[in-house]
Amino acid sequence: MVKNNPIKFSIKNLNAWFGSLHVLKAINLEIYANEILSIIGPANSGKSTFLRTLNRLNELYPGFKMTGSVFYGGEDIQKIEAEVLRKRVGTVFALPLPLPLSIADNVAYGAKIHGIKDKKKLEEITEESLKKAFLWEEVKDRLNESAFKLSGGQQQRLCIARTLAVKPEVILFDEPCSGLDPISTAKVEETMFVLKREYTIVLVTNNVKQAARVGDKTAFFLSGELIEFDITEKIFTAPSDQRTDGYIRGEFG
Amino acid sequence: MTRNPYRTEKIAFFFLFLATLLIVVPVGLIVVIIIQKGLPAINWQFISDMPRNGMRSGGIFPAIAGTVYLVLGAVIFALPIGVLAAIYLSEYARENLLTRIIKLAIVNLAGVPSVVYGLFGLALFVVFFKFGASILSGSLTLGIMILPIIITASREAMESVPQTFREVSLSLGASKWQTIRHIVLPNAIPGIITGTILGIGRAAGETAPILFTVAAFYLPRLPKSIFDQVMALPYHLYVISTQVPNVEEKIRYGTALVLLAMVLITNLAAIVIRYKFRKKKKW
Repeated sequence: MVKNNPIKFSIKNLNAWFGSLHVLKAINLEIYANEILSIIGPANSGKSTFLRTLNRLNELYPGFKMTGSVFYGGEDIQKIEAEVLRKRVGTVFALPLPLPLSIADNVAYGAKIHGIKDKKKLEEITEESLKKAFLWEEVKDRLNESAFKLSGGQQQRLCIARTLAVKPEVILFDEPCSGLDPISTAKVEETMFVLKREYTIVLVTNNVKQAARVGDKTAFFLSGELIEFDITEKIFTAPSDQRTDGYIRGEFG
Repeated sequence: MTRNPYRTEKIAFFFLFLATLLIVVPVGLIVVIIIQKGLPAINWQFISDMPRNGMRSGGIFPAIAGTVYLVLGAVIFALPIGVLAAIYLSEYARENLLTRIIKLAIVNLAGVPSVVYGLFGLALFVVFFKFGASILSGSLTLGIMILPIIITASREAMESVPQTFREVSLSLGASKWQTIRHIVLPNAIPGIITGTILGIGRAAGETAPILFTVAAFYLPRLPKSIFDQVMALPYHLYVISTQVPNVEEKIRYGTALVLLAMVLITNLAAIVIRYKFRKKKKW
């Protein structure tokens, strides 16, 4: 057994519903600091809902209801103000979603929201975040152009930079490569590898190979249940549940 | 007899085109006739001078100024309230009975005949609040009349801002108000401006709401405060057309032309602004 990093998230008996639809069923899971946790599973298995529970984004949808608890650094997330929690737990969405602002303003948006006014400081944060997302070299001469002029892969790295700029502790990736070509995907994966030194990463993906490539741990969801959770190597070489085995070998999806 | 689809197509096209033409013709005729009959009256004196000789000569400056004051007053009152209400309805209101009643009320407010607004303004502002027949009463009455236009346009503008932008902003730890302030409102401004300008056009042209609340029959001077009465173009036009005998035709049509030009120019401004912003739209 490998030595575990400190626990970042602790999920206890989590159930969630959208209206009468039971989307997450009795989930118990621990997420460790400075690791990449990959969550795999077929469509509609509750992966994204689970991810969005971690920074209370589900609350934006009418009809969402949950029971059980999620602890973040030992604190119940329902007791943390949503804005504070989301500042510490950032999200990168499935599709690249730049805000209708310039490249620089996209990155600086979060920092401005959290009260940083000094222009010099904002520029520093922007540059630093873009460098961490491996985008700086490509955009440093066109920071004032609209973010919509970037390619899809660049936009997604811009979104990563934007999330980094608020200095979170955890980054949730919700199928971040589903709309990207293989080269952009490789760049995003490379970014995640570097980021895990400083951040905790939870990656939802419907690409099993991606989970195998980047995840330290892997969780397999099916129809709202957590079927199996283990270190990635174990899941992909000797899964203990037959359904996990079937899914990673592509027998259903 | 077999049907000939080519012939029925032609007949259908003919009637559809005819109906469309029927809409355009009156608009064109109104503009042409008013310009033709009114243009001879237009000169600097007509626009800048006081009416003389029982409104049979001189200018219509007090009526132009009065209309401008009333419209400005209406906008100062209706714009903030309308935008705030639209923010509430678009961003905060939950879909429940109260919200449905409010939305229904706004739709109905838009359908109330303008003379009813006039009576309402008389009862509430002139009599109950004792503002008298004044710019204040008239502006408030016109303001209430254009509220539904501003609310509806602003709400639609805000609701057309993609939901994903709000989600991204909230996911970065922004509060709801910060999201509205920095993402929703800046992208809704063109729609809000368009709605406001359409409201201005409506307020400038209405006679009934100002009839009992502000409009003066004949008052050849400018107001000193918001508690004064003023002349206003639509009412002035009514007066010189029906109440004062022997007013030259060109003066009547000249007045109509000035009013028409003011309304058309504001509408044109709305179109230009919308076009400019649409070209700049980034998503």
